[in-house]
Amino acid sequence: MSDTPEFKPLRTLAPSTAPGELVMPKTADELLYEEVERGLLFTKVESMVGWAMNQARANAIWPLSFGLACCAIEMMAIAGPRFDVSRFGAEVFRGSPRQADLMIVAGRVSIKMAPVVRQLYEQMPDPKWVIAMGACSSCGGVFNNFAILQGVDKIVPVDVYVPGCPPRPEALLHGIMKLQEKILASKPEIGPIPRKRVLKQKGVA
Amino acid sequence: MRNETMTINMGPQHPSTHGVLRVALELDGETIVACKPIVGYLHTGMEKQAEYKTYTQSIPQTDRMDYISPMSNNLAFCLAAEKLLGIEPPARVQAIRVLLCELTRISSHAVWMGTHAIDIGALTVFWYTFREREKVLSIYDHVAGARMTSSYFRVGGLSRDIPEGFLERCEKFVDEMPAHIDEYESLLTRNPIWLARTQGVALISGKDAVAWGVTGPTLRGSGVNYDLRKNEPYSGYETYQFDVPVQSAGDAYARYQVRVQEMRESVKIAKQAIQRIRELGEFGPYRVRDFKYVLPPKEDVKTSMEALIHHFKIVAHGFFPPVGEAYSKVEAPKGELGFYLVSDGSSRPWRMKVRSPSFINLQALPVMVQGRMIADVIAAIGSIDIVLGEVDR
Repeated sequence: MSDTPEFKPLRTLAPSTAPGELVMPKTADELLYEEVERGLLFTKVESMVGWAMNQARANAIWPLSFGLACCAIEMMAIAGPRFDVSRFGAEVFRGSPRQADLMIVAGRVSIKMAPVVRQLYEQMPDPKWVIAMGACSSCGGVFNNFAILQGVDKIVPVDVYVPGCPPRPEALLHGIMKLQEKILASKPEIGPIPRKRVLKQKGVA
Repeated sequence: MRNETMTINMGPQHPSTHGVLRVALELDGETIVACKPIVGYLHTGMEKQAEYKTYTQSIPQTDRMDYISPMSNNLAFCLAAEKLLGIEPPARVQAIRVLLCELTRISSHAVWMGTHAIDIGALTVFWYTFREREKVLSIYDHVAGARMTSSYFRVGGLSRDIPEGFLERCEKFVDEMPAHIDEYESLLTRNPIWLARTQGVALISGKDAVAWGVTGPTLRGSGVNYDLRKNEPYSGYETYQFDVPVQSAGDAYARYQVRVQEMRESVKIAKQAIQRIRELGEFGPYRVRDFKYVLPPKEDVKTSMEALIHHFKIVAHGFFPPVGEAYSKVEAPKGELGFYLVSDGSSRPWRMKVRSPSFINLQALPVMVQGRMIADVIAAIGSIDIVLGEVDR
């Protein structure tokens, strides 16, 4: 994960000295300073809580059990024995959008289904994410015609696009891992989301 | 005292409606007075889109109709186009097609059993059946290069020859499969909860089933012995030894028994097909040798001018069937799957009509659940084995 700061030890155990270099004994002040630095960590409350929340959100994603077409079968396969999505903490598929925080749009979205998908997205509690699985939900795929919505990003905001027709389960797992990276790198929302933004999301304001 | 009915919606987003089926239920208490399946939430316009694609370009579309059994769909389409052209692929190709279609039937019934059991509340079965489905998908991956949407069959043959080690792999799978079917049966066949949820549920008489046009295991579960592989054989099915399982009860449990038996029969057919492919040569011709309709071998294209021209014509325009129409049907895992093609002499079909078994079996749902409880609707939808991609197309 590129956004996690690299771990730098505060004190190296064996200070490297060039041969012949004189090592000065440390003063009492220096020793005290090192001791304090070793035992303490300075941070802001906000970022500490935020880090913990991001960890919790990224490692326990609950997808909505919601399949549309061919991709849904591969989505079921990732819960199956060979691919086992529970290794990534995302195995709790929920039937109700009220309990889910990830919508995997698995398959082609028809014009008739589009309002339903949008409503399901709105019924999910914040914070929520969307994976567009497969070519159809990403851009319409091979079905460039009157019946199919040319990409689900026309109706809901998409976080990760997984290409393929249908994507292999490995690809979907990779998509979920990418989403986890995205969640870990995001600035977490603490406390209730401002009313103004809720209205904006609903398209009211 | 008030006496009114209540109408509730099941779906289009419901974990047990196998995709995006919506069922409008009119209830008196918990008893179903009327049930109305509402389809179209996955309408994809495939039939219309086929009119803008050459015949070969339509094959990948057929994968995405009944996406649990892609090979059967490919076969039905290719048979219709071959009928239109008046060609018949070599016996070896037909044996490979039969082998892959029977593996498809096993995989389709495995998915059906896992999802149907989940709907009813038996979660464990899913993990067993998906294990075997993965094996079939690996075989697809090996032979066609794709796990689900294989598009392996072509009009007049196959897209390429079977790879090395393919038959051994299939053989290993079909040898192991009967033990796995026993395993599934040990989980369900005498399970009291399973029996309570399926026996006497979703009843349909043989007469009603015929009247509603129901086909496949749903029809054979109602005591009607009708299987296209026996009644109107195609691809040389008349030369294979197998039985058609029939149950007379007409309930969800009877359909379960029929499908379990069908998996066993499919294993038998697959074994015979493997042996036949071995007899006809493990590697050999995999297309008809009429280069007006199929691509010539790549070696010829590099050496012969004529083959190069054929190659160019097929790739650029496709083939041109004579004016006419053809209807071809196969016994897909879900029932009678038919493709009706009308040709106006151009390289694209003037009209393609799909007789999809899921769509026609689904219309028997109201008959099955009339006067029953809501929970039985779930069992009924599961037991007729619908795939919404095929219902709406």
